[in-house]
Amino acid sequence: MSPFLENTLFRNIYCNISSGSNDCTNLGYSGGILPAGYEWLVFAITGFIMAMTVINGVLLGVLAFIWGERRLLARFQNRVGPNRWGPFGTFTSVADAIKTMFKEDVVPKDADRWLFNLAPILMVVPIFLVFAVIPFGAGTVIADLNIGILFVIAVTSMSGLAVVMASWASGNRIAIFSGLRAVAMLISYEIPMALALLGVLMLSGSLALGSIVGAQDVPFILVQPLGFLVFFLAALAETNRTPFDITEAESELAAGYLNDYSSMKFGVFFLAEFAAAIAAAAVMVTVFLSGWRGWGFFPSEVWFFLKLALVLSAIVWVRATWPRLRIDQILTLAWKGLFELTLINLVATAVLVAIWPSPTAGQLWIMAGVNWVVFFISILLIGRLLSPRPHMDESAQDTSIALYPVATEEDQARPVAVEGAD
Amino acid sequence: MPIKTEPITINMGPQHPSTHGVFRMRVTFDGEQVVDVEPIFGYLHRGSEKLAEERTYTQVVTLTDRMDYVAAMTNNQAYILAVEKLAGIEPAPRGVWLRMIAAELQRIASHLVATGFLLQDLGAWATPLIYAMREREKILDLFEMLCGARITNSYLRPGGVFMDAPAEFWPALDMFLDEIPHRVDDLEDLLSTNEIILARTKGVAVIKQDVMVNASITGPMLRAGNVDWDLRHRDPYDYYDRVEFKRPLHSASDNYARYLVRMQEMRECIRIIQQCLEQIEPGPARPKEVPFIVRPPKGDVYSSIEGPKGELGFYLVSDGGISPYRCHVRAPSLINLTLLREMLIGGMVADMFVSFGSVDINMGEVDR
Amino acid sequence: MAEAIEAFAPGSVVGHNTRDVWLRPASVLEVARGLRERPEFKFDLLTMLTAVDYIDHFEVVYRLISLPKNRTAMLKVKCGEGRSEPAVPSVYDVWRGADLLEREAWDLMGVRFDGHPNHKRIMLWEGFPGHPLRKDYVTYDQSVTEIADQD
Repeated sequence: MSPFLENTLFRNIYCNISSGSNDCTNLGYSGGILPAGYEWLVFAITGFIMAMTVINGVLLGVLAFIWGERRLLARFQNRVGPNRWGPFGTFTSVADAIKTMFKEDVVPKDADRWLFNLAPILMVVPIFLVFAVIPFGAGTVIADLNIGILFVIAVTSMSGLAVVMASWASGNRIAIFSGLRAVAMLISYEIPMALALLGVLMLSGSLALGSIVGAQDVPFILVQPLGFLVFFLAALAETNRTPFDITEAESELAAGYLNDYSSMKFGVFFLAEFAAAIAAAAVMVTVFLSGWRGWGFFPSEVWFFLKLALVLSAIVWVRATWPRLRIDQILTLAWKGLFELTLINLVATAVLVAIWPSPTAGQLWIMAGVNWVVFFISILLIGRLLSPRPHMDESAQDTSIALYPVATEEDQARPVAVEGAD
Repeated sequence: MPIKTEPITINMGPQHPSTHGVFRMRVTFDGEQVVDVEPIFGYLHRGSEKLAEERTYTQVVTLTDRMDYVAAMTNNQAYILAVEKLAGIEPAPRGVWLRMIAAELQRIASHLVATGFLLQDLGAWATPLIYAMREREKILDLFEMLCGARITNSYLRPGGVFMDAPAEFWPALDMFLDEIPHRVDDLEDLLSTNEIILARTKGVAVIKQDVMVNASITGPMLRAGNVDWDLRHRDPYDYYDRVEFKRPLHSASDNYARYLVRMQEMRECIRIIQQCLEQIEPGPARPKEVPFIVRPPKGDVYSSIEGPKGELGFYLVSDGGISPYRCHVRAPSLINLTLLREMLIGGMVADMFVSFGSVDINMGEVDR
Repeated sequence: MAEAIEAFAPGSVVGHNTRDVWLRPASVLEVARGLRERPEFKFDLLTMLTAVDYIDHFEVVYRLISLPKNRTAMLKVKCGEGRSEPAVPSVYDVWRGADLLEREAWDLMGVRFDGHPNHKRIMLWEGFPGHPLRKDYVTYDQSVTEIADQD
């Protein structure tokens, strides 16, 4: 049997179109519309349908996320948010997309045309690729790669390259800044991000996202609190969300690498940014929040999307509350904070996995307990190490500069308004 | 092997989201570090001082609105005090109380804007800004009741204010005063102990006290450097000698201290307004005998007030005519930028605009 | 005040009234330094510096505050008699605060401040015709047509 047919989603589409496949007949399908001999065409059509569904689904998801983020941010900020165009303002993003398409497409004179045009594509393609391995529901996955999580990490690091390309090709000094920042951040945050996932891999014993979901009798956010925290922060950094949005840094670099992009090229970047947030949230849901596994009542896909919405709301919440960190603080956080945290997590998990190589649910709960203790101790420790916080000692601060010698109250008796000599 | 790098020069502005208007800095960077800054002014220069020479003393009030357009009331106040001093006009008591209330409301509004935009420069995605702007909006509504305008008020006239507050103003003001302390608390809960804000603003852009004094810096910036200098207290104009208020001081002289001083000053403003409300007396808002066209005697006068951004002074020269012979504005926004280079050089790109925002300038006043 | 200045810088005061002291342009720097540093004055903050065009002469006005003593002083310097090019020494070295104020006075009034390290226009662009706050300044439109006529 063709390995593709092991995928239920693929099989359902393929076997309902093709009628000549023996594999389908063996599996109990009665045959489809196209006659035998056209298996290659059916194959192509099936692939096309699946790709189109996911890409368009992601696009719709981005529109929904943009709308949701606006509404949510508005609520955080005591505003109403977009509510005019369509029910609850849902069409606002659509209108924005159409508007973006009709803008003039400008390529600066100093730009490197090829790279300039290539960068948006390179930015958006890897993010769509991530969705190929995400299981949206029980069996609803395009390709349950056996190296799924490795694939995700490898593919997402491409977006940093796209940022560098865009910033270099723009021929703009402000953009160069953001490109350099993107590289620094990419290098720093890939490591804690990957290390944070290692604990999960030890627990599940598999790189495939499907098996990771299968292993989560207890959601790994409970078993791996440190891993989740680090991954959440690293994902925020990788997707350039506040408080790590220094590559775009509106108040410093205007828009950084996006400065010279207009029209749909900007639109694609914009799309990629939000799609990246969704992708990051989807990976978080899959790896840490037990993916599509729910507690009955709803179909598995609905559970997945509910959890996705929860994580995305958390991301929006962070954006609404926190100011931006400075680049040196971001790098310090990565190398001196998150890196150590992941190592602690790794050691703790390794010891626990050595005791229970294939944990049952009960053993997972024990692991969770141990890991939460480790979580609090290590956060306290690393937090203390990272910021000695002398500034919190207000009493020490008040004597740092003496009061400037100004006139005393008795000098005050002579009003200043009488000017000049007395 | 040492890597050869060279500094790059970037024009920040005049079209930049966080230059608070059209301000340009030619900045030389070494990596993320600022090596050199050259501020370039004048993109909003409208020649207000020249225009003032061709308008009557009352008409100039509208020009002062447009200097610091987030604090029009205090601009009016500074100018009107100078005119009154020049022409020897005795203001009506009720008018003085009214303009003190207006000025203190304006100070709250201006500090709210300063804080909001400081946080915006820090990269907080609009939340603190909108929190601050919502409160400012209420103040603007109060102004609209007072004089029909929200931003460019032109409320003050030589001798007081141009009209008494309407009856519905007083309950609205009471309501606002009941509410605003809680809103300031909200804002402070959100900001003052936020770890990221502390990390970003503590110890950034520290200026030495004596350097600040030598560079003529005034206002909250000076008080954040532990210099107890507030003209409302040192040289009480209007009836500031009849109200009690504290002058918040801080010793750190960094961006955080400047922010905190503003937050605490807002609370003091509320106290001042409450005392004004207790002491305000009925009567005309403007003496009837003051003509609309003021003809001060020959002479010159300098009069200054404690504006929200620093000492705001007007130097008026009269030749006995109906319009000022020379009208010079001592603009705190401009003069507080004297030390911009010292604040920025050696800092990071990200801190550049935060420090710039902590000075609290308004381009309308810098360039006039 | 005038006597006190005269005491440490003889020959610098030209005239005085109850509020203002008129100084000789050449002695501005010496007086300024004295006012800032001598313990009886301690004028450590230069509040305002501007220039006024009185048609037959220009007047540069300095207003000082002494924070330790809570006193103010108004110094004036007459310069540029007969509409010659007015020039006074810069007090930049004494008060940093004079930096932008002197540039502004130069830009708008055309009073030269000798010794200012960055003596450039501030509000207007380099090459702007004239100094707009002078009383004999022709408006921008007029000046443009004049230049056009010359071409």
